[in-house]
Order: sequence, then C-alpha cells, then structure tokens
Amino acid sequence: MIKIIKPGLYSTVQDKGRKGQQSYGIPYSGSMDSFSSDLANKILNNSGNSAVLEITMVGPVLEFVYETVICITGANLSPLLNNKIVKMNNPIFIKANDILSFGVLKSGLRSYIAILGGFKTEKILGSRSMFKNLTKAVKLAKNDVLNFNKDIIFKSSKINLHKISNIDNEIKAYKGPEFDMLDSNQKDFILSNKFMISNNYNRMAIQLTDLLSNTLDPIITSIVMPGTVQLTPAGNMIILMKDCQTTGGYPRILQVEEKSINSLAQLKKDSELWFSLKI
Amino acid sequence: MINQIYNLNYHRFNSKSILISWPNLINDDVLFDVLSFKKSIHLTNKALVDVINAYNSLLVVYDKAIDNIYDEIESLKLVYSNKKKDTVESKIVWKIPVCYNDYFGTDLENISKKINIDKDEIIELHYKNTYRVCFLGFLPGFLYLSNLNKRLYFPRKIQPDLNIIKGSVGIGGNQTGVYPSNSPGGWNIIGNSPVNFIDKNKLLKISFASSGDSIKFYPIDIKEHNYISKNLDSYIIESEVIND
Repeated sequence: MIKIIKPGLYSTVQDKGRKGQQSYGIPYSGSMDSFSSDLANKILNNSGNSAVLEITMVGPVLEFVYETVICITGANLSPLLNNKIVKMNNPIFIKANDILSFGVLKSGLRSYIAILGGFKTEKILGSRSMFKNLTKAVKLAKNDVLNFNKDIIFKSSKINLHKISNIDNEIKAYKGPEFDMLDSNQKDFILSNKFMISNNYNRMAIQLTDLLSNTLDPIITSIVMPGTVQLTPAGNMIILMKDCQTTGGYPRILQVEEKSINSLAQLKKDSELWFSLKI
Repeated sequence: MINQIYNLNYHRFNSKSILISWPNLINDDVLFDVLSFKKSIHLTNKALVDVINAYNSLLVVYDKAIDNIYDEIESLKLVYSNKKKDTVESKIVWKIPVCYNDYFGTDLENISKKINIDKDEIIELHYKNTYRVCFLGFLPGFLYLSNLNKRLYFPRKIQPDLNIIKGSVGIGGNQTGVYPSNSPGGWNIIGNSPVNFIDKNKLLKISFASSGDSIKFYPIDIKEHNYISKNLDSYIIESEVIND
C-alpha cells in the first residue's frame, strides 16, 4: 500500500489504455509516453500492461507502507528517496515507511513510476487508465491510497539501457486525410516552419502557437485518434493526444506516427518542433 | 435496399490503419453501406484491433504495422466488391423516455421565441421522429443521431455551457442527442432522459445502442422521471426489433 502525502500537479494511473472500444466513444487513454512507461515495466520484469503512475512537471510525495521495488523513467523530476537522490531507469528497492518525493524538473515533462506487479486500481473496460466518468478517480488526490501486490519476488532483468531517452523535436507524420486539400503555400508552411507548443496542452491535446491560414471547410464528423493534427476554423493546429475524443469535425491535416507521440508527450510549453512527412 | 456501389477513397491513416471514405453525404444508404462493409471486414480473417465507423467513413485498425499498403488496400477493395447485399442485422428501435418540462428544458423558451414555434409543438416535433444512430463519439456513450425535423434546426451556443447535466437532450445545428454524462457543451437543452447511456460495469458493450440502431423518444412527466431515476438498477430500456 502507498499513501499519497501530496498528489503532485497531475498524477494519474495509466496502462496501455482501452483498445477496441472506440465505436462506443471511449477514448484510447494510456501512458502519453508509452516508450518510457514500457521501459519502466521492462526493468522490473512486469507484464506489458502493468499499471504505472504518470506524473507531470511537479511530482507527488508518496509513503510506502510495505517494501517493494519501483522504477522511474521518462522526464527527470529529480527523484528523491528519503531525501536522497535516486537513480532513474534502474530498480529502486523500497523499504517499509520510505518516502519518495521529487525536486526540480530537469528534462522532459512526464515521468513514469512502475511498481513490482503494477498498481492495482479499479479496472474499467479492461484498463486502469484514469478517465472522467469511467474511473471513479480522475487523478490522484491527497490522502488517496494505492494498492499493489506485495508478495511478488523481484527478478532483475537484463535490459540494455543504452537508449533511455527518445525525445526528438522532429515530429514524423503521415499526410492526414485532408492534407491534399491544402494549397502549396499552406503545405510549405506546415513542412518548413518551426512550431512552438502553446500553454494550451494536456492529455487530450496540444495546441501549437503559430496560426495557419485556413481556407478549408469543416468536414462531416469523422474518425480521429491520438496523433491526428486538426486545423481549426481560426487556423490553430491542434495535435490530439491519448485522452482525445474518438471523432471530430475539423480537417485532419497530419497524422503523427506513434514514436513521435512519445516525444510530444515530453515537450513542454515553448518547446520547438517541426514536422517531416512519412511516405 | 439497393446494393449501391460507391466510389470509395482509401487512405493510409498511420502505420497500422487505413481510412475508407464515402462521398460527403449523411443518409441511411451511405450509413448502411458503411456498416455492411464494416461487417464484411470483420468476417475476414484479418488480424484487426478494431473497425470504427462514422457517418461516411470507416477506420480499419490492424494489430501490426501494415507491410504492403497497396496490397492491403487491394484486399479491402475485393472485400467491398464481394460483400453481400444484406449483411446488416435487423434493426433495433430503442424507446427512450424524455421529460420535456421547463425544469430540464432550460433552452425551450429561447428556441421557441427565436423559431416562432410553441414549446408544445417543438416537443411534439422532437418526439414524433424516429432517429438513426449513425455512430458514437464525442463522449463515451454519446449517440450521433440523424433525422431531426428541419423546423427544429437551431445553432449551437457561441459560448458553451460549462456543465450540462447527465441525460440532457439537446439540439445543436441539424443534430439532436443526449449527454450521457455531465459535460461542457454547446447544444440547446430541451429536456432530460433519466436512463443510463453508459453502463461501465459491462466488460465490452458499454452502450446499449450501436451504429445503425434507431431511437424513438417518448414524453414523460417529472414524476415518472423521478421514478425511473430512483429505480435505474431494475430499469430495462424498452426496445423493438424491426425487420425490413
């Protein structure tokens, strides 16, 4: 068991999310940076869909009631165990009553905490990913309690750690269904301009700062998914992320590939990015 | 129904999925062609995660990256040209109680003034039509319904309401629908249905309705609304199966 002393800025339980449910309007959800959350589970030899904690910019303060093993990956939020710096991307052995806290954000945006056997929170439609109106909790709150299985024995994994960061400001994308409706100036702008992340970003979407002149009509509401780049009537480019709706009516000008979605999950306000087309 | 063959557009959506688009039309012929193609794709032995549809589009999601996109599109084209006429199951009409009292229908008065139709007539025009469930989206369990009476078309609010309550029945442009949960939203609210549009305890089908089903609203008073709200655990939504 873990007591939440402080919840942090925005901490949620995530796994691989809900697949095959989108015909009922259920969002995909799941870890924003699935590369980092998979890595944390692999280091602990957890099964692939084990639930992790996704923490954002300001980390939580957690008190462990039982001993266990955890692993922290993704953004570097200066993790501290009983006020001493601990190594990321490695198993961390936790004793009863240990306190995990975080300091300043040194790189990235979202960090992942995996625990031996995974967090055992409420499972809705095959997933523990927190989402409004599906799970009871939308994010961690002060005094919440998280359960895990304390009887699992840790077996160290022989994982090659040479590639622990995957952040790339070059965002690879396929042409969106409406890309070819744009004129050559608009296409040039999208593929040659450097864009910046606005202060409007969350688990549903990331809005870019630069405006694109938009002459396209809205489309008949159609299917979108994480990675879809929509162009709003006002000319805003919005990149949909893991908690996005399943359908939308704005033209879809790009579709970001999965690896680049992991990068986007780690880019904060004012970060620069540029698009390159995948053919 | 005539087995019309449409000129479809196939587009690589990402490494694992292909988007199929029909002409820009919202009608039953297109929708049922979408749904019969969807069903035919499910009947193949392709390794799929999901096939999702909207009004005039279908997204085929594979469990692995598609090796050869051209071969896969050709294979889908073959499924389309070989699909049987009547692959869509018999249709279900779900009967949904709605309380159109002013207490819930907070925008009835305003709509009535602007379109110059009595509130009672607005209500009647709304429950007289049978609506098609085109697909689900926006929120878990939110049904996109077609066939709203043209006289009831009414623009969305410029400034969305921050909290529309669960069950609210609204009109947004040429569409009508029910909010399955509390949500911000821009539609004009004319009533409230006490039934649950999502049942999250279900393991698979979280909503009773699927794309292709029909919805028929019927009016209830506040007392009945209260009664159903209090007895939701034992409430079963009335339905009728129509074979045509």
